[in-house]
Amino acid sequence: MANIPQKIIHEYLRHDKKFPHVWCAGCSNGIVLGGIIRAIADLQLDRDDIMMVSGIGCSSRMPVYVDFNTLHTLHGRSIAYATGVKLYKPHMKVIVVTGDGDCTAIGGNHLFHAARRNIDLTVVLINNNIYGMTGGQCSPTTPHEAIATTAPYGNIEPDFNVCDLAMGAGASFVGRTTAFHAIEMQNMIKDGLNHNGFSLIEVISACPVIFGRLNKKGGPAEMMKAMRDNSIPLAAVEKLPPEKVEGKIVRGILRRVDKPEYCDQYKILTERAQQKGAK
Amino acid sequence: MPKTEKEKKVKTVKTETAAAKPERKIVLMQGNEAVARGALDAGVNFFAGYPITPSTEVAEILALELPKRGGVFVQMEDEIASICAITGASLAGAKAVTATSGPGFSLMQEGIGFAKITETPCVVINVQRSGPSTGMPTSPAQGDIMQARWGSHGDSPAIVLYPDSVKESYELMIRAVNLAEKYRTCVILLLDEVIGHMREAVALPDIANVRVISRIKPTVPPQWYKHYDENQKYLSPLASYGEGYRFHVTGLTHDSHGFPTNKASEAADMMERLRKKISHNIRDLVQIESHKMEDATIAIFAAGISARAAKSAVAAARAEGIKVGLLRPLTIWPFPDDAVRKMLRNVETVIVPELNQGQLIHEIRRLTKEKSDGNLISMQRVNGRLITPNDILRKIKEVC
Repeated sequence: MANIPQKIIHEYLRHDKKFPHVWCAGCSNGIVLGGIIRAIADLQLDRDDIMMVSGIGCSSRMPVYVDFNTLHTLHGRSIAYATGVKLYKPHMKVIVVTGDGDCTAIGGNHLFHAARRNIDLTVVLINNNIYGMTGGQCSPTTPHEAIATTAPYGNIEPDFNVCDLAMGAGASFVGRTTAFHAIEMQNMIKDGLNHNGFSLIEVISACPVIFGRLNKKGGPAEMMKAMRDNSIPLAAVEKLPPEKVEGKIVRGILRRVDKPEYCDQYKILTERAQQKGAK
Repeated sequence: MPKTEKEKKVKTVKTETAAAKPERKIVLMQGNEAVARGALDAGVNFFAGYPITPSTEVAEILALELPKRGGVFVQMEDEIASICAITGASLAGAKAVTATSGPGFSLMQEGIGFAKITETPCVVINVQRSGPSTGMPTSPAQGDIMQARWGSHGDSPAIVLYPDSVKESYELMIRAVNLAEKYRTCVILLLDEVIGHMREAVALPDIANVRVISRIKPTVPPQWYKHYDENQKYLSPLASYGEGYRFHVTGLTHDSHGFPTNKASEAADMMERLRKKISHNIRDLVQIESHKMEDATIAIFAAGISARAAKSAVAAARAEGIKVGLLRPLTIWPFPDDAVRKMLRNVETVIVPELNQGQLIHEIRRLTKEKSDGNLISMQRVNGRLITPNDILRKIKEVC
């Protein structure tokens, strides 16, 4: 038989299960899946130690396809489930895959508190600015004036800056990239996985079938080009006048600081309690 | 020879703790403390919770004790996060519990449904208080009996235990953990506020005599593992995350491997499995105490603190020569249909005292259709006060 070279992703996908996937043509979720898998392959992590947890939404369907320990939970609650797994098995690398609605609307509370605790979870938040799975309703990141099925006259609400939220809550690693910048994303996820503490990586993504169509953003290719043209790397921001940064997607690692990690803290607490108990 | 009442009670109540072995010294403790002690003795090593009256002592004691034993205690941001965290931890291999009360129990319902559909062992302790909503946080009520059965959306099985004393809170807490592990489901322990806060002298059994059940781990290699394996009693091994099995768990309707499905046959299989897991094991699940029922013409059916009042009333009425007995479920769900039907067949009148606007009475009515409405008496109280032995005694005298 001819020696057919295997792609890295094939090693990490569940071949026997549930393909084709549920995502629409042109959706960015597959690119993010590829980024996560390549990051894991680069780091040569043992797949038995990888836990992927998700909530509800298009992006949250990801765990079913990957050959890791996988948990597809309730809407908004992925971080809370992940907290339980991580606390009981701190050696596991716990990745949370979530969306803008899942993580910042219904799951906002869990995001803040996991960030505050600085528990070592790697949250990959795929932000497509809309509720895709339920057919195009307004999310907390739907831009002001954009159209959604529940904002047919335009969205009157301001949108969240997801990274600012996470930083405000105390996250020790926060980065933003886009699905167009696949290598940058892969490296950022790697950095997030290597970071000992709560990390949030926001990946701006394209939903051409729903968000794109409702807001006349063109097809998948046009939306990918827009990610390229409307984003600037963090390093360039400082050199530009503020008016040129206005309205752009700023890409890069926005924060990376060392802070005590929650499971490490818990271990210290345990030792303290046991010493007290022994006395 | 008919068994004496005492023997019967021993048989029903002591299944989890071997009888007649040396006991630990007698201690004065609260119901909530007994629950925490029961959790520790059952091997619980993970607690996630959120403070709420009147259950908070359970969290406080476990915050003190679990770290000493290498277990995990975490105070979450709300009750929703608490039920989610214990479910995640359980899938990673922990024996996990949470404790709450009415408002928190309402918030947990979706997570309880998730634990049930994913067949993940965990225990939710609900120390009931007056409701609805915030109600009277430090007053007793038995208003969550139906919520404990039907609170989560969709059809799902329920195992709910209901102690009537501090000692039994300890015993049923152990049993709740054991049943959760054995049946791979979310078991609910319903406590009355007064039992949670009441102090009684309790002789705890020697720890060596406490029967502890832990989930069966798979022995097959990972590629053969099915997360929901079929077998005769619908009790299947459970792998833990991070140990090489790499299984998938979802709240979606799933096949026996755990992958989502829309196939009618697989959906039906899953639902049947959840149902039969309970219905095929009723004998193991049901516990009911029968007190002075042999010659009774009047029966009282009550649970928790109301049963305790009823027991005093029975003693007082018996002293006056009235033939009255008490039937008390320790397992309220699955409802002990057969036992109740059989034991109530020969009584003329049934009195059902409960601290709600009529919940257990519906089950009794369902099982005693041959009795007229006049012979089925509901006693209800929802003002934050208990139904007293005297209240019940008066009712007994009215009907006899």
